[in-house]
Amino acid sequence: MEEPFVKTEIRKDENIVYKRTDLLVDRPLSYCPGCGHGVVHRLLMETLEEMDIQDKTIGVSPVGCSVLAYDFMNIDMLGAAHGRAPALATAIKRLWPDRFVFTYQGDGDLAAIGTAETIHACNRGENFTIIFINNGIYGMTGGQMAPTTLPGMRSSTSPYGRDVQTMGHPLKITELISNLPGVHYVTRQAVHTPSHVRKTKKAIRKALEQQKESKGIAFIEVVSNCNSGWKMTPVQSNKWMEENMFPFYPLGDIKVDGKLVEKKEVTEKA
Amino acid sequence: MAKIKGDILVNVERCKGCEVCIAACPSSTIAMSKEVNGKGYHFAMKVNNDCTGCMNCAIVCPDGVITVYRGKISE
Ligand SMILES: Cc1ncc(C[n+]2csc(CCOP(=O)(O)OP(=O)(O)O)c2C)c(N)n1
Ligand code: SF4
Ligand code: SF4
Ligand code: SF4
Ligand SMILES: [Mg+2]
Repeated sequence: MEEPFVKTEIRKDENIVYKRTDLLVDRPLSYCPGCGHGVVHRLLMETLEEMDIQDKTIGVSPVGCSVLAYDFMNIDMLGAAHGRAPALATAIKRLWPDRFVFTYQGDGDLAAIGTAETIHACNRGENFTIIFINNGIYGMTGGQMAPTTLPGMRSSTSPYGRDVQTMGHPLKITELISNLPGVHYVTRQAVHTPSHVRKTKKAIRKALEQQKESKGIAFIEVVSNCNSGWKMTPVQSNKWMEENMFPFYPLGDIKVDGKLVEKKEVTEKA
Repeated sequence: MAKIKGDILVNVERCKGCEVCIAACPSSTIAMSKEVNGKGYHFAMKVNNDCTGCMNCAIVCPDGVITVYRGKISE
């Protein structure tokens, strides 16, 4: 097929202002179309490249859709048992304090089966970065209810919507851990629009820079879509996320430089 | 007069047709193809010459399939 509207005067190597980073392995990502996991993978790799720390970074991948993160991120990585990434990252960082260490975890991994590991690593004030992808569901296994599932939200195990009377309240684990003294930086971001992507990338940079000072856990929650689990198109799911997830999980900084952010965060729609 | 213009190159076989880039483009430069790629996805393609090279589409693309160019053009 002939490609229309090609600007041959512009499409030259010296004019490239953006291309996929080589730190992402050159193979298709295993994620569903429009899934936020892919964006966060890319931002993380771009940040390592910009800081030129790819050879000094060790990542820990979870169990969940991003179980194969080590196949996509071209850096040293280990796969943890379900929920145990913060325990593994603790060992890695203590053995190699000069390395940059991060965990990459979903909400089922971090806030359900791994709750104990999450809370204790945060409370101990380990010096690594946690990237937490909250899509309010167990994406990988077919969209079951997670601790983070919203009240009234449908999932394959709450087909009539989450009833808090019988199924309990959603767990705001990010707010919870922000109260722990070992936690230095906590923020909640998103990656579905260009401005949100830019903010998330800044947050990732800040979190990794913090490791140089050994000040404790840096925790970045990314509220993301699971369009397959939510049974929507990617674009619909992003809209649904703005209307339903953000009011419950408001975006913005929660703790900066070891201090809780006082102001009440307003939900962003931009 | 020299003008700053942009262009995008979509890796058609890697595009998953999610349409997230369409909403991100301020100049309505992207639409989905009628054809499908080898995986059966409609793919992102340029439908006008208004690209400014702002990179919005590329940074929201979950699969990182868009390369963005920006340069001077004499018109
Ligand atoms: C010990 C153990 N229990 C349960 C499972 C099944 N399992 C695999 S992934 C997953 C949940 C993943 O959800 P989440 O962490 O939110 O990741 P997502 O896929 O949504 O990104 C579960 C329960 C497992 N693999 N191992
Ligand atoms: S199931 Fe959900 S979280 Fe997993 S890749 Fe698909 S959209 Fe993403
Ligand atoms: S955002 Fe990327 S994968 Fe989705 S349609 Fe656009 S170019 Fe294709
Ligand atoms: S670079 Fe900007 S103007 Fe060009 S297609 Fe992408 S979003 Fe549209
Ligand atoms: Mg999940």
